[in-house]
Amino acid sequence: MSKYPVKNREIMQGSIAVAETIGALEPGVIGVYPITPQTHIVEHLARLVANGAINSRYINADSEFSAASILYGAASAGVRSYSASSSQGLLLMTEVIFNMAGTRLPGVFSAVNRSLSPPINIQVDHQDTMTLRDSGLIQIYVENIQEAVDTHVQIYRIAEDREVLLPAMVCMDGWIISHAYEPVTLWQEDAVKEFAGSYDPPFKVDPRKPLTYGALTDDDKITEFKYMVDSALCRTENKIVQAAELFREEFGNFHGDVVEKYYTDDAKIIIVAMGSVVGTIKEAVDRMRAGGKKVGLLKIRSFRPFPAAAVRELLSGAEMAIVVDRSFSASAGGILGSEIKANLYHQNGPVLFNYIAGIGGRELYPHSIMEIVQESETAFSKDCVPDGAVFFNLNEELL
Amino acid sequence: MKLNIGGITEAGQSKKNLTGSWRYQIPVIDQDKCNGCGICELFCPDSCIDINNGRAVIDDTYCKGCGICVKECSRDAIVMQPEGDG
Ligand code: SF4
Ligand code: SF4
Repeated sequence: MSKYPVKNREIMQGSIAVAETIGALEPGVIGVYPITPQTHIVEHLARLVANGAINSRYINADSEFSAASILYGAASAGVRSYSASSSQGLLLMTEVIFNMAGTRLPGVFSAVNRSLSPPINIQVDHQDTMTLRDSGLIQIYVENIQEAVDTHVQIYRIAEDREVLLPAMVCMDGWIISHAYEPVTLWQEDAVKEFAGSYDPPFKVDPRKPLTYGALTDDDKITEFKYMVDSALCRTENKIVQAAELFREEFGNFHGDVVEKYYTDDAKIIIVAMGSVVGTIKEAVDRMRAGGKKVGLLKIRSFRPFPAAAVRELLSGAEMAIVVDRSFSASAGGILGSEIKANLYHQNGPVLFNYIAGIGGRELYPHSIMEIVQESETAFSKDCVPDGAVFFNLNEELL
Repeated sequence: MKLNIGGITEAGQSKKNLTGSWRYQIPVIDQDKCNGCGICELFCPDSCIDINNGRAVIDDTYCKGCGICVKECSRDAIVMQPEGDG
């Protein structure tokens, strides 16, 4: 008998494991609109509701905009809520997500990462979720199916904390996490529910006690409202750390708090990345370490709030940092790379390399990572570090 | 005063915003032409028209003088009249 609240351990698909976990949490309202590669999650939840396994109110929306709006409504009535989307669907939710963050309404979204159109592509990169980064939304990027499951257990108590009250998104790579099969531990419903706690916001929509949501605010108070969102998201960093620690105690798993470090202590070269490629990079680090190279990995788990202090502390001792980005801001480089760079300014930190790689599902193997490290080392030794981000493996013949 | 999170406030705050102060002209109803159909009441963006005893009545505390009621009245029963210094 495990001392942890294990329900069962089996080989299952990422989407089903996440849906089962949301089922265990039994949110009051599930508002959804299907889109590949997220569809298996909401299909499975529909099955759980139809079979009477869970008591959630399942609402098929007419668009992602409506699905997110359903979460806005549920959260403002004090009801725990859930949705999932991908790619263009997340873009359609954007207006509502800014509204939820500004109104301080903590719905939870699973984002199954997929490239943005055009051209249409259903494979993974991070352009969809990274485009939501300025909204005030909490974003945690996960590495594998078990971390996706465990992060969904952790996320409600973080988002619904009275000092936070912000929407939250668990970002999991399309296909590589959502459709892959791995051995997964699912947790007992009562343990999961107890960990999540209850949602008790300071305001609730109630016809007997009317309130105004979305009121007009002039320039005399608007900066202060925006500042309150910013400081709530900054406070979230501590809550993520606490939730990760508590989860380790009660469930026995730990995937990092705001970041996870892998051989960073004595590393001269540190690779920085998020999402499923982190697992591939760990394999590459092992191989390079076996060859005597002092290389490590910094996994960014919480992209929002941005773990600025941890990034500075962990990278300060390295000679080179190599950021592998699965998204970019056209003309301005990789998004993660730009933020890491901004945080290292005036820090006397490592020389920074930024690779834009794995766009639209282009495969990243351990040897691709080793190639990136090799290329960076050569540039570093010849003192010809590229000014901006580099598109990895660009096929010049097609251009 | 401290701000509530999320800009959530008591209901009915818009009553404090006296939109009548924006006005430089006011709609005046011709009581003989008006038949109380209620079209102006529906279209007034500030909800400041009531139909009272079969005639339109305008609440000048909130009427902002936009003139939409004049355009919408199919009996030409409303005209705008300059107010104050214009
Ligand atoms: S629309 Fe004209 S006729 Fe109808 S109630 Fe208003 S003023 Fe009267
Ligand atoms: S002028 Fe505008 S605000 Fe005033 S009563 Fe007519 S429609 Fe309403």
